Amino acid sequence: MATIQFDLVSPERKLASVEALEIQIPGADGDFTAMAEHAPMLTTLRPGLLSVTTNNNVTEYIVTGGFVEISGTNASVLAEQALPKAEVTREVIDNLIAVATAALENIPPEDVDAANKRLSDTRILLELI
Amino acid sequence: MPNLKDLKTRIDSVKSTRKITKAMQMVAAAKLRRAQEAAEAGRPYADRMNAVMANLAGASASADNAPKLLAGSGDDQVHLLVVATSERGLCGGFNSSIAKLARARAKELIDAGKTVKIITVGKKGREQLKRDLSDKMINHVDLSEVKKLGYVHASDIATDIIARFNAEEFDVATIFYNKFESVMNQIPTKLQLIPAKFETEEGADVPLYEYEPSETEILADLLPRALSTQVFTALLENGASEQGARMSAMDNATRNAGDMIDKLTIVYNRSRQAAITNELIEIISGAEAL
Repeated sequence: MATIQFDLVSPERKLASVEALEIQIPGADGDFTAMAEHAPMLTTLRPGLLSVTTNNNVTEYIVTGGFVEISGTNASVLAEQALPKAEVTREVIDNLIAVATAALENIPPEDVDAANKRLSDTRILLELI
Repeated sequence: MPNLKDLKTRIDSVKSTRKITKAMQMVAAAKLRRAQEAAEAGRPYADRMNAVMANLAGASASADNAPKLLAGSGDDQVHLLVVATSERGLCGGFNSSIAKLARARAKELIDAGKTVKIITVGKKGREQLKRDLSDKMINHVDLSEVKKLGYVHASDIATDIIARFNAEEFDVATIFYNKFESVMNQIPTKLQLIPAKFETEEGADVPLYEYEPSETEILADLLPRALSTQVFTALLENGASEQGARMSAMDNATRNAGDMIDKLTIVYNRSRQAAITNELIEIISGAEAL
């Protein structure tokens, strides 16, 4: 089966670079799966679970905002924060929720919706771990 | 003739100074390696971000509804200078070179009748600029407690800058930092943050993307992140530069201390010889007199 080159980078380090069969990505407008020969596409991320399927296993990551760039052969996820799911604890997510809650203060009215969405997306992470 | 005992004490003191500078040099070398690794690790993200932003910004910069972070406030009356320096001294000309560049820029702007505001990152630059520009300073970011510089720190700084921009506190923001070229060479650099500028690589092959949500929404979402990334890159470069500068400064100091020890030892040996000769002459002439 055709594979797609998958890279997951955060500002601090490169987390993964593998040949993947499919990648499930939490896009801002909904989840989607990228496979080989996907049409070139650029989308932003919402906080959620990203799962990568390779030949022999499935790896899951928790990501917060960022963006995804997909061309036919490559899928690069640039996440602001990304952690392998195994490393994520309740405290990590509590922190994220605290940050998202704090972000609701002192923002212009047109950004309130986006910030609320971010908060609820982050809260859902609690159910994933 | 210098006192032998005094000379000995001086030689000992220079020797212990040399030990300290040597140790500092080695510590800086180890830290430099780590700082360089951190800078390396951050590069793929920054490059990617830059490429995408250049692509997006190029398309919508001319549009009427371009985000303010990209298009600017339409004025350039108030300038914000973000001066990033180190928290510790003893690193040669590292801090002075940034302070000098920032001061020159501030002076140029003030002479042109603009208003200047300054945010300092790192204690050393603040100390240097405080003398003549203290009334311009609006904030200081203290990173002295930070063991390992993370993206959060950069993102906090960027958030503060954006909040001030939205509150219309300034029109143009520029960050000053040292770009790491090599251990011997760090280049004081200024980078414009707002209005955001992204360099396009010539001849870069850009596939025709499908955007979801729309281009403008993605742009609005990514601009603050891109700004954080730029600040983060600047801080990482600065970290590597600081250790590089300290390493070469301490290498010089160690070498100078060595030279000084050699010189003092020669003086010491000569004086000792002179004292012995003197004593011998006294003994011989005493014996002859008998």
